[in-house]
Amino acid sequence: MERDRRDAYWRANLRTVAAILAIWFAVSCGAAILFADALDAFHLGGFPLGFWFGQQGAELVFVLLVAAYVAIANRLDRAHGVFED
Amino acid sequence: MGPVAWTWVLVAASFALYALAGLWGRARTTSAYYVAEKQVSPLLNGMATGADWMSAASFISMAGVVALLGRDGSIFLMGWTGGYVLLAVLLAPYLRKYGKYTVPQFVGERYYSRSARGVAVVCAVFVSFTYVAGQMRGVGVVFARFLDVPVERGVLLGMAIVLFYAVMGGMKGVTYAQVAQYVVLIAAYLVPAIYVSIMLTGNPVPQLGLGGRVSAEGARVLGVEPGVHLLQALDRIGADLGFGRYTAGTRPRIDVLFSTLALMIGTAGLPHIIIRFFTVPKVRDARASAAWALLFIALLYTTAPAVAAFARAGVVQSLNGKRHADAPAWLADWERTGLVRFTDRDGDGVMRVSGDPARNEVRIDPDVLVLANPEIAGLPPWVVGLVAAGALAAALSTAAGLLLVISAAVAHDLVKGMWIPRVSERGELAWARGAATVAVLVAGWLGVHPPGFVSEVVALAFGLAASSFFPVLVAGIFWRRATREGAIAGMLSGLAVTTAYVHWFKFWHPELDGPAHWWLGISPQGFGTVGMLVNLAVLVAVSLRTPAPPQAVQDMVTNLRYPREPVRPAPAPTALRVGDRR
Repeated sequence: MERDRRDAYWRANLRTVAAILAIWFAVSCGAAILFADALDAFHLGGFPLGFWFGQQGAELVFVLLVAAYVAIANRLDRAHGVFED
Repeated sequence: MGPVAWTWVLVAASFALYALAGLWGRARTTSAYYVAEKQVSPLLNGMATGADWMSAASFISMAGVVALLGRDGSIFLMGWTGGYVLLAVLLAPYLRKYGKYTVPQFVGERYYSRSARGVAVVCAVFVSFTYVAGQMRGVGVVFARFLDVPVERGVLLGMAIVLFYAVMGGMKGVTYAQVAQYVVLIAAYLVPAIYVSIMLTGNPVPQLGLGGRVSAEGARVLGVEPGVHLLQALDRIGADLGFGRYTAGTRPRIDVLFSTLALMIGTAGLPHIIIRFFTVPKVRDARASAAWALLFIALLYTTAPAVAAFARAGVVQSLNGKRHADAPAWLADWERTGLVRFTDRDGDGVMRVSGDPARNEVRIDPDVLVLANPEIAGLPPWVVGLVAAGALAAALSTAAGLLLVISAAVAHDLVKGMWIPRVSERGELAWARGAATVAVLVAGWLGVHPPGFVSEVVALAFGLAASSFFPVLVAGIFWRRATREGAIAGMLSGLAVTTAYVHWFKFWHPELDGPAHWWLGISPQGFGTVGMLVNLAVLVAVSLRTPAPPQAVQDMVTNLRYPREPVRPAPAPTALRVGDRR
């Protein structure tokens, strides 16, 4: 029982980490590098979209990703009884 | 007051502030010296991490490099921020749970091996020295340019202040000083950027100004028609002068990819950043610190491309086609430093800027742009002083963080961990202070007599951090089966591959250093990613063929994964409430 609980926490944590790293990779290596030329066909204000991702967008997404991880991890801690008081 | 007077005032005031922080945070125990007694709040730790991370290279050089590279500059913009995502989800919380003092110590305990700890010490010290030399050099250059102090004396002044607060205060003093340094450096970066953004685009937010339209005043400054998008104007100016489009990338995609990844992974493997997460009270504070740190860092890193674009447009327009004799005063000031050179190829006394090296007459070092920006844009003299103080804050804060890594590696890992295990608390503290002092002296000497290959070695430092620490740390947390033999073999092969590749192109055959000869088109800068993959592959292969780690080590790894021992679940809250009412 105790063991299952611990495993469930770790598995949920691994899923969260995997999802965050997938977005991290897709935005930085995908949108800003590999598909940047294709995205440049679209514009965001005066920015070609691929250029924007590389210069500002990816950085913005990184900040949001880490903030989301903090929130999700705290929730997981609480749900699985490992939250530090 | 003129710019020089303002610079003296602001530099002196900021130095006094850092000295006070060191005095206030004086360390009396090894716990205070190494990890600030683990009492730093996540918000303050985020600011301290920001200052620790943003070095002379980030503050002085990066925007200039982005201005030069255009879209490919995002290698640095993403590479030096994306690593914090890796840190936050793969390393920081677990290493904080480990709860001891140094990265080599973790490697030694997790891989039950003094050899592994030894390899880690060598990597940590090498990477940190590589970095710190550049910082002291940056200090010297700022003093030389803004205060007419010879580089040597500038470096000495910088050494004195770092010596004072880092040696006395340890991590505790350094943390408080870094918080102050973050405030100074971010203000120094944002104020001129906001001024120039308003001037060129009418938008006070530089990040938006970069994507905005040129205002009436901006059109006059840049010599374009008002209402055109700034980036479009920049593309056109670039094309007219033969530079190619600013918003288009020129480096091979694969190299951009590997270089960006190498910087991101390297960031996550740098010991002076990792140990900042040891200073907070709880595991969840380590996660929160990463979020704050990245936010504070991104504030500068998203401003940098705007600064780069503004500066590039401004510099070209204020020099191209003007007579050298009528040049603005800042040009002559920078020419004296040798970082700007005018070669009158056609002898007509007129400066011509061109993307064709054979026709270009004005060579501008990328390091000049951020420092010269306020003068180029004609901003008030106090802004000039603020930028100088900000550059010094960036260099000193990073230098102090690196010196702590070196001093902890010597005192805690070598002296206490291997040489004299029974050294007393006071004895260890004395060793730590002694090591920090020696490290400052060596760093200062390197700053005055910089080896001619600083930029090459910095590429190597990131490559080494990526190919040595990162895979070993991550596997140590996420894979219980990773063994001592696997980790040592992995670290050594990652190091060997990366070092050999960088040496081959940077020292032995610099004439071959070009895309045509690179393996798969990956530059030495990006090869750390390959080294990381080699390390990981060797680690896995060797681990599977060697006996599993002892049970105690496997239990330790399990323990890292939980912020605390699980408590019995409380009864479901809704059911409880219903019961209460009845």
